[in-house]
Amino acid sequence: MRVKLLLKDAHVEGIRYYDTYRKQGGYAAVEKALKMTPEAIVEEVKKSGLRGRGGAGFPTGMKWSFIAKPEGIPRHLVCNADESEPGTFKDRYLMEFIPHLLIEGLIISSFALGSNATYIYIRGEYAWIPDILEQAIVEAKAHGFLGKNILGSGFDCEIYVQRGAGAYICGEETALIESLEGKRGNPRIKPPFPAVKGVWDRPTVVNNVETLSAVVPIINLGGEEYAKIGVGRSTGTKLISACGNINKPGVYEIDMTISVEEFIYSDEYCGGIANGKRLKACIPGGSSVPILPANLLLKTAKGETRYMNYESLSDGGFATGSMMGSGGFIVYDEDQCVVRNTYTLARFYRHESCGQCSPCREGTGWMEKILKNIDSGKGKMSDIDLLWDIQRKIEGNTICPLGDAAAWPVAAAIRHFRDEFEWHVLNPEECLRRNYGLAHYADAREVVA
Amino acid sequence: MAEEKKLFKVTIDNITVEVEPGTTILNAARQIGGDVTPPAMCYYSKLKGSGGKCRTCLVEVAAGSTADPRPMPKLVASCRTNVMDGMIVKNITSEKVQDARAGVVEFLLINHPLDCPICDQAGECHLQDLSYEHGKEGTRFEFAKRTFKKHDLGPYIQLHMTRCILCYRCVFVAEQLTNSRVHGVLDRGDHAEIATYIEKALDNDFIGNVIDVCPVGALTDKTFRFKNRVWFTKPVNASCNCDKCSGKVHLWMRGDEVLRVTARKDQWGEVEDWICNTCRFERKDIKDWTIEGPVKVNRHSVISQGHYVGLKKPNETFSRVMNGRQPKLLMDIHSVSEVNRSDVNLAAIPGPAHSTDFEKKKEG
Repeated sequence: MRVKLLLKDAHVEGIRYYDTYRKQGGYAAVEKALKMTPEAIVEEVKKSGLRGRGGAGFPTGMKWSFIAKPEGIPRHLVCNADESEPGTFKDRYLMEFIPHLLIEGLIISSFALGSNATYIYIRGEYAWIPDILEQAIVEAKAHGFLGKNILGSGFDCEIYVQRGAGAYICGEETALIESLEGKRGNPRIKPPFPAVKGVWDRPTVVNNVETLSAVVPIINLGGEEYAKIGVGRSTGTKLISACGNINKPGVYEIDMTISVEEFIYSDEYCGGIANGKRLKACIPGGSSVPILPANLLLKTAKGETRYMNYESLSDGGFATGSMMGSGGFIVYDEDQCVVRNTYTLARFYRHESCGQCSPCREGTGWMEKILKNIDSGKGKMSDIDLLWDIQRKIEGNTICPLGDAAAWPVAAAIRHFRDEFEWHVLNPEECLRRNYGLAHYADAREVVA
Repeated sequence: MAEEKKLFKVTIDNITVEVEPGTTILNAARQIGGDVTPPAMCYYSKLKGSGGKCRTCLVEVAAGSTADPRPMPKLVASCRTNVMDGMIVKNITSEKVQDARAGVVEFLLINHPLDCPICDQAGECHLQDLSYEHGKEGTRFEFAKRTFKKHDLGPYIQLHMTRCILCYRCVFVAEQLTNSRVHGVLDRGDHAEIATYIEKALDNDFIGNVIDVCPVGALTDKTFRFKNRVWFTKPVNASCNCDKCSGKVHLWMRGDEVLRVTARKDQWGEVEDWICNTCRFERKDIKDWTIEGPVKVNRHSVISQGHYVGLKKPNETFSRVMNGRQPKLLMDIHSVSEVNRSDVNLAAIPGPAHSTDFEKKKEG
């Protein structure tokens, strides 16, 4: 039996409401945490080895210990619920169905960080979720878990829900802070980091919804117990939002010890490729991370089995590996066109670039135009090298990671599927009618069988 | 204060300089000067919060500091990165930087109309200088350039959005010099534009300074529009008693006519004192001003002619291009015109060149 921490009660009817959530043992972690000191909670989170679930995988405990604590200046905790990465919808599931888990995690984290005003910045497209969260906040407040002097501990905390206006870039923490302040959502130039100067120049910690929810089981179990789940530096459980050509798309909680092959083919998770097709490729961590062809997805370049955890997915670097990212697991079957897919992603990044720094503003638009040409059979051979050169000049030269996020999918597509791009150039008419097909990166599993 | 401030030692392209803590790499490089200084299209030392956007000033940090000599993993924007003691920075000595910078120049130019022949900024345009110095010849961009709907910014300021490189300098000027900013950046990505949300004139007393800070010809002076090329006008220092500003300006003259008034700029092309709209747009009569003397233009612009000496003349290639034929009616303008002799370095002459400068050379 797999361990479930976040979604263990997801099937219980009415878990969205306080009474049921409380009956299932909810808010016990708050009661426990408020008897601890804030430093002890940070220490537990450090011990748990929890890594940020938003994409970068930065150790949460370490992030918390970086927050500056100047005398007389309030600190803030901001929950990043601007989940806009194509293919990622795990936070939505948490907020929509188990909102109290997030609220509970927020109360504990606010106490640990000393934040009396905590914000949930939620993406504008999740139009119905702020109401759910606000209702949960009202319920928690009515039962004394929010407001003044929570459970007699002397700690005050209010949680505010702030709606975004629908911009991918506002998921970047400094852009989120700008937007929260009511300004244009342009990423700030770091340093200073938010831990020193964040919202209204006050020390701020920005964490993902899943990260903050994971604080609840950490307090319930204890940091050391939590660290025993999972493998190596990938501790605890991770939510994976699986989508694409699979039989059972959805949000799954995994404990990071299962292999990618098991995740795709077992009935407990994705249930195999839909319609009896074969696996062609997969983007394992949300649209920004490099795409992997089937042979490199199931086995690393060294021939070892690839597992669903931070280390194994990034094994081999970008040459033969990818990233855990935010856990948006997008599966492509043999009928999908990598060039078309890359064009779609490039169009997304062009649309979402904030336009602040030149490589990202101009480069994303340029890449989109070239990919559109190749996709519609108007490409040239030199365009492929040009694309490679453009992505190389964007990556690492921008203010925020959006430039990298736009460059990586293009780079990986060319790296692993160059022959498909070339086929598009050489067969301009045929490429409009049919797909390139499987070729050599076919599903290793099927080939062996 | 008896307390002595500790200075940070920073090495840029093998030249070591001591600067105060809190100085940015770019400003440290400016203290050295010359080729070592990274170009800056968006950074403006007089505008708080500017910089970091254009990415032309990227440098490689080979060693972070004496205490932590690890190199920085990415290229950093030198205008927004403070120096540390013992930092080693590579600018022109780093191939990575040169490559990235050429890339940024290419990015900046793909949607720039390159309408220099009809642009009032030509000759004092930082983007021109940047592309001459760091760009590559030719473009690989084969698509239609983006265009914008025209916005009217009032009687004094002309906006050419297609030329804009979105440095945000004019937004900072409006925010920091005036009490109400009416223009800003609308939209996002490659269709982001400088505009007022609802068509509105910029009419603050100091808003004219957006023209001076604009590195390209996106914001130009309507009172000077199409009047003259900047390299035909002679800049002189002048001043007047102005109750709003310092009154210290550059007059751009042709004969006795004042064609344009701008603020005085330093060697980095940055304004020394902001001037008011009255000085800039209304005082176009020589009687309004006390002329102090000629301006030494030492920025690498075509105004300081002679900068492009040593360029290869196309003589050798003519016959190749024309399939072995020699052009019949081709004059070597350098041999015909006295004032265009390439052996005279105009940059070496203090002040505007005069015909006597050429005579002297002849005799000598």
